[in-house]
Amino acid sequence: MVRKIGFLVGLAFAGVLLISLFVGVSEYISSPPAPTAEEEFHLAPKPLHLASDGPFGHFDKQQLQRGLKVYTEVCSACHALDHVAFHDLTQLGYNEAQVKNYAGSGNYWKTEVPDINPDTGEASTRKALPSDHFPPPFPNEVAARAANNNALPPDLSMIVKAREGGAAYVHSILTGYQNQPAELIKKFPTAKTPANLHYNPYFANLNIAMPPPLTSDGQVTYDDGTKPTVDQMATDVAAFLVWAAEPNLGTRHTSGIAVVIFLLFGTVLAFFAYKNVWAEAKREVIVTGPLDPVNKAKRKSASRKAGIKG
Amino acid sequence: MSFSWARPYEPKQPFMRWLDERLPLPRLVYGAIGGGYPVPRNLNYWWNFGVLAGLFLTIQIVTGIVLAMWFYATTGGAFNSVEHIMRDVNAGWVIRYAHMNGASFFFLVTYIHIFRGLYYGSYKAPRELVWILGLVIYLLMMATAFMGYVLPWGQMSYWGAQVITGFFSAFPVVGEPLRVWLLGGYAPDQAALTRFFSLHYLLPFVIMGVVILHIWALHIPGSSNPTGVDVKDEKDTLPFHPFYTAKDGWFAAMVLLAYALVVYFAPNYLGHPDNYIPANPLSTPPHIVPEWYFWPFYAILRSFTVDFILPAKLWGVLAMFSSILLLFFLPWLDKSPVRSGSYRPMFKRFFWLLVVDVLILGYVGGAEIKPFNVALGQIAAAYYFLHFLVILPLVSKYEKTLPLPASITASVLHGEEQESAPAGVNTGNKTTTVAR
Repeated sequence: MVRKIGFLVGLAFAGVLLISLFVGVSEYISSPPAPTAEEEFHLAPKPLHLASDGPFGHFDKQQLQRGLKVYTEVCSACHALDHVAFHDLTQLGYNEAQVKNYAGSGNYWKTEVPDINPDTGEASTRKALPSDHFPPPFPNEVAARAANNNALPPDLSMIVKAREGGAAYVHSILTGYQNQPAELIKKFPTAKTPANLHYNPYFANLNIAMPPPLTSDGQVTYDDGTKPTVDQMATDVAAFLVWAAEPNLGTRHTSGIAVVIFLLFGTVLAFFAYKNVWAEAKREVIVTGPLDPVNKAKRKSASRKAGIKG
Repeated sequence: MSFSWARPYEPKQPFMRWLDERLPLPRLVYGAIGGGYPVPRNLNYWWNFGVLAGLFLTIQIVTGIVLAMWFYATTGGAFNSVEHIMRDVNAGWVIRYAHMNGASFFFLVTYIHIFRGLYYGSYKAPRELVWILGLVIYLLMMATAFMGYVLPWGQMSYWGAQVITGFFSAFPVVGEPLRVWLLGGYAPDQAALTRFFSLHYLLPFVIMGVVILHIWALHIPGSSNPTGVDVKDEKDTLPFHPFYTAKDGWFAAMVLLAYALVVYFAPNYLGHPDNYIPANPLSTPPHIVPEWYFWPFYAILRSFTVDFILPAKLWGVLAMFSSILLLFFLPWLDKSPVRSGSYRPMFKRFFWLLVVDVLILGYVGGAEIKPFNVALGQIAAAYYFLHFLVILPLVSKYEKTLPLPASITASVLHGEEQESAPAGVNTGNKTTTVAR
């Protein structure tokens, strides 16, 4: 009975699937889907190599400091960094005093933190403290959209984890702005980049709302003498955002190596323990061996006679 | 429990004797996973995965309890609390990555465990209930994993919850009210998040209870083995401890090594980037996919594209549920008296075809919807149903099986005529060491 019902159910599902297949294939043949500009012109991110890559990777603190500078002077005008606190910057090699100065002196970080007036209780702002998280550039989404042609600049604290391609994607977007290829407009006249958008083949639908943020070499002045080309600034800020997304990455790699060595050692020991335990059982598979109950008894009595304990 | 020669528990220390007389817990453990459980001596490494599933269940429960100490089940706080765990809680990142990837490893070893059962006919008499209880565990795992994935309240969490609870709305009349009742609202929101958290904490302990039943039911007939031949006498078995504890031990260490490599060096490889974006009910991700362990079922769901008598969505949902439920009937669909696929030449070919088929379904379920993928998924889904419901019953009827070995011991004979004599025993044979 089970098999008869099963037989019918199986044939029903398979039948409907084959009808679906047939309908799908005939639709495909009668009206093949038109190619889209995204399919043909979207590019995968350019390869990017950072010090934090690979199982032994650690952050290059000099580079993170440069990236912080790019974020502070360029990105932070529109993009928040919600999950990062100022005191986290000690991980970039700054000391407590430098972090305090960065957050609250007004020379580096300019956006103030929302607060209330201690006397009147009215909304006000104050200078940032090391214990504060990076304050967002806009108080809410409506304000952010109003200032950016109705586009919402995403929070950057996890952008590297939240985009396929990670840091390489960020770097490619920042350096990928170009004029729309004539070929594209010729082939897809409706796909012309609208006003207020910018052509960028590394962006999923080719037209990004963000205007090119890094436009000329030397836009940011580096303190360590590195030449601030557009590519260098994009790489540095991508490295900084890898750190912002996962400040514990270096610790993760270091402890990972220790755990792997420990487990490797443990696996080898456990393997030899297994070999040892099984040595007798593996060898003894015919009835005359040491695990044979008869031989076991004989061995026991022989051991007892010979005065061996155990 | 299972065989007459199973060693009884003999406590040596006075305290253990005292305890055994009052509460025979050590006796229970000894009989279940100690020297008192005789196991066929010829188990291969595919038999290690049940213990591994237990190991990963334990890892999930331990890491999960710690995570729950820091997690806020609120729509405004869930995402941020997970990030707080990742950044500020001591070693929080390793606990969270271990839990995230522990789910993947739990499913991976469980899938291997299930396919081992399929190949070696472990679902056949007298182990039907072992198989059915195993499927109950699997269903509970799927529910637990789905609800766990919703908890961080990222984009994929939210839209996954939307899509999966949407399955219920495919059923006519009762569907939509049922969906609203399950979610506690018209869309995933605070009510859904809190109840998912509550159930996500509860279900692992239910799983643990069913695991105990699964092992209990297993220990009545005893473990199956690669030949599928019944255990005949003591020489066919070895005590679980130390033999299989040693074998499971080193293998578990090796699998933990692989797990550590993923947790420490590629923790986000199996995840989806969109789940690092906070849930936003107003913005649908372009490409909603579940976690990899649901991809084959997702492919079956999406393969029904035509309204034929019933709406396509209802076909898809019915087929997806059926694809798991049919496994409950497997002991009665496959009537071949031979258990092991090694002695079933026709079955063996179809088995490997099924493995490839499920891998294809997995690929299609995770891939973008494109005409070629859809067609491939439809063929693979059709084969899945035909395999279990049509091919398997027919194969078991018409197949000519190979001769089975006389016994387990005979199947593992290495051809040694002579064994080296143990110390002090004259067996009458020449005392030469036999090299294997």
